[in-house]
Order: sequence, then structure tokens, then C-alpha cells
Amino acid sequence: MRISVEINGQAHEGDVEPRTLLSDFIRHDAGLTGTKVGCEQGVCGACTVQLDGEPVRSCLILAVQANGRSLTTIEGLAGEGGLHPLQRAFHEAHALQCGFCTPGFLMSMEAYLREHPHAERDELRDALAGNLCRCTGYLGIIEAVERAAAELRGEGDGRD
Amino acid sequence: MKPPRFEYAAPSSVEEALPLLGEAATLLAGGQSLVPMLNLRLARPELVVDINGLAELDYLSDEDGALRIGALTRQATLERSELVAARWPLLRKAARLVGHPQIRTRGTVGGSVAHADPAAELPTALIALGARLQLRSAGGDRSVDASEFFLGPLYTTREPAELLVEVEVPEQPEGAGAGFAEQARTHGDFATAGAAAVVAPDGRAGIALLGAGPTPARAEAAERALAGGAAPHEAAALAAEDVEDEHRSALCTELARRAIEEALR
Repeated sequence: MRISVEINGQAHEGDVEPRTLLSDFIRHDAGLTGTKVGCEQGVCGACTVQLDGEPVRSCLILAVQANGRSLTTIEGLAGEGGLHPLQRAFHEAHALQCGFCTPGFLMSMEAYLREHPHAERDELRDALAGNLCRCTGYLGIIEAVERAAAELRGEGDGRD
Repeated sequence: MKPPRFEYAAPSSVEEALPLLGEAATLLAGGQSLVPMLNLRLARPELVVDINGLAELDYLSDEDGALRIGALTRQATLERSELVAARWPLLRKAARLVGHPQIRTRGTVGGSVAHADPAAELPTALIALGARLQLRSAGGDRSVDASEFFLGPLYTTREPAELLVEVEVPEQPEGAGAGFAEQARTHGDFATAGAAAVVAPDGRAGIALLGAGPTPARAEAAERALAGGAAPHEAAALAAEDVEDEHRSALCTELARRAIEEALR
């Protein structure tokens, strides 16, 4: 089936089988390998992208279902001014080691902070539960998201 | 892993969808349970009927005091609805416990009900609320009480040629409070057990448990006890009295107590 998906503002076309997962379309057809594929059963969150601005597991959507829709992947997160505040905070707070899970965390949390700019730490911890990290132990990730949330609220960059 | 090959149809209306249903067809709504099963090749359907194009089934409306939920309504929409929060707060509480935000963006109310995972929160909440389910086939419509829909894990009274089109939640008694308590290893994980409660000031109550048996079920003895003036812990003990496993029985009793107390606050 012929599909066309807008990814980070650019149209990507491809011929896919009905069974092709959106995650594979993004990586293999569009060539955007920033989106990672971990468990392929909806548990790890590594493949999280935004479909029309909302976070979704790209391994749990068929590519044909994204036909005509708009996607944002990790490659679309940084603006012209450089890194997104979340990306910068992850870097500075040591919120990653191997980095495999990071794109999923960032795409999840960008959407979450847009909807919940004043989330408390407990709420952030719940919101992070949909993404697994096997390196960091999460403390750096929680700190990074808090820093980024403060910066996005216009309260400086959250640095000590 | 990747899904096995299947034929794919994406009808754009209920009328177009109904003739496609049957033994060979599997319905794809939000896909948050079906696609993992395809990826793991636990499901190998001949035909996948994708009903995401059935925009006519995506609605939340208040009609004569009852809430009508189109089967394709996303769990995230239910969670965000102010109408739901004001008049059926149990549904918002239950929706927030369904998987993770990334799952609820796609997952649908009808899909959660029709899939009938024994750990699912929405079916449990709908039973406590006394909801009715509307099923449609080429032969016509039928309506079934949510408490009679579930037969076993992933097994319901829905026939292969039927499409779940609507969930109707009746108006709740004036001043009724709601509580939902569950035990899961981590937030968003499948629950081991849970309890949903709606309790009115006069003691009229709807209580349902998940994890107490192979399907979510009403706890009628606990409902009667509350109506008769029993304390939350007394009613909770009755809710799980038929659960055989000792740990599970203790868990259900405690969760029922928390849900009832939350509803009474």
C-alpha cells in the first residue's frame, strides 16, 4: 500500500505491507533512526513518537494507520535555536548513559510537560513510568525533567 | 518480532464495517493490546478490520442524564473530559490507571471492554456504574448489561459478527462519590487486583472487583451491606469473601475498603 506521512514537517512516501509497523517505516523507509525499537510489545517506550502532537508507541501502530497524519520524532525536537530544553537538561543532569531509551523519554515528556507544566515530582515519576531505562536508575532523568519543566515555565534553567 | 501477514480493510463507516465482520476477522481499534499480540504472533488473524475510520463512534455525550460513550472514544479523551470528571468521576479515576499516557492516546473505551483483559480497569468501573453495552450486527442491535458481558479472560458474549458501538452509563445518585484502588507492581503495569466503588450518601452503592476471579465482577453482597448501613471495612470483607486464594482475598478486601472509603470522602 502506498502511504504518505509527514514527519517533522517533511512528507515521506513509501510502499508498505499492512503489517509494517510505524516504527519500522520511520527507521527503514524514512531513514530516521533516532527512534529506537526496544521490546515491540508496548512496554519499554523506546519507540515513542508524537502523532499529531500526542505521544504514541510507534511499534503499536501500523504504518498504514499513519497515512496522511503528521508525526514528530526525536529528529524534530531541537529547534533552530539548538537543543530543546529537555535535551539540554538530560545532557547536563546525566540523565543518560547508553542513550538508547532517551529519544522515547524525550518525546513522552515533551508532550507531558506541554499538558502539565506544573507537575509535581510524584506526578513526573508516574508520567515517566511508561519509559524504561536500564542504565541510569532514573534519578538523573527525574532531575532533568524537573529542570526542563522549570525552564519551560520561564523560571530560569533550573540550575543550582 | 513483527506481525504475521494479514489482509487489511479500513472501512469508513459502521455500515461498511459490519459485512466484513465474522470468524476470520479481528477488529483493530486502538491496537494497544492487539498489536502486541500480533508482534508476538499470539494472534494470527486472516483479516484485520481497522475501525479507526469510524468517526461516528468517537463521541461523549450527555443524553437525558446518561453518559453515552462511542466505542471508538480514546481513553485519553475520557480522562480529559470535564463532563466525565463532574458526573462520572470514577471513569476518570479508572482511565488514569490504564497503561501509560502513550497507551491512552490510542487505546479506546470500546477496545478495552471488548478485549476483556481480566486486569482491565475500565470494564471494572463500568460494572460498578451499572453500564450497558450496545452491540450491532447486520441483524440489528442488542444491549447487554456490562456485568453480564464478560465470560472469561479475553472472552465475552460478543459474537464474531457483532461490533460494540456504544457504552451507556446511567446517571448516578445525587451526591455519590467514587473511588478506585488497585495494586500493580509499578504505575501503569497490569494490576494484580483492584476495586471500583460508587457510593451515594444514603448507602446505595455500585462495587466491582478486578483480580478476584477470571472476569471483573460486581460485589453484590458488599453493595447490599453498604445499603444496610455497614461500615466500609465490613462491606469490603464481604466483597472478597468468595476469593479462594488467601493473598488475593486479603488484597481484594483491602482494595475494596480503600475504594469505598475514597468514595465516601
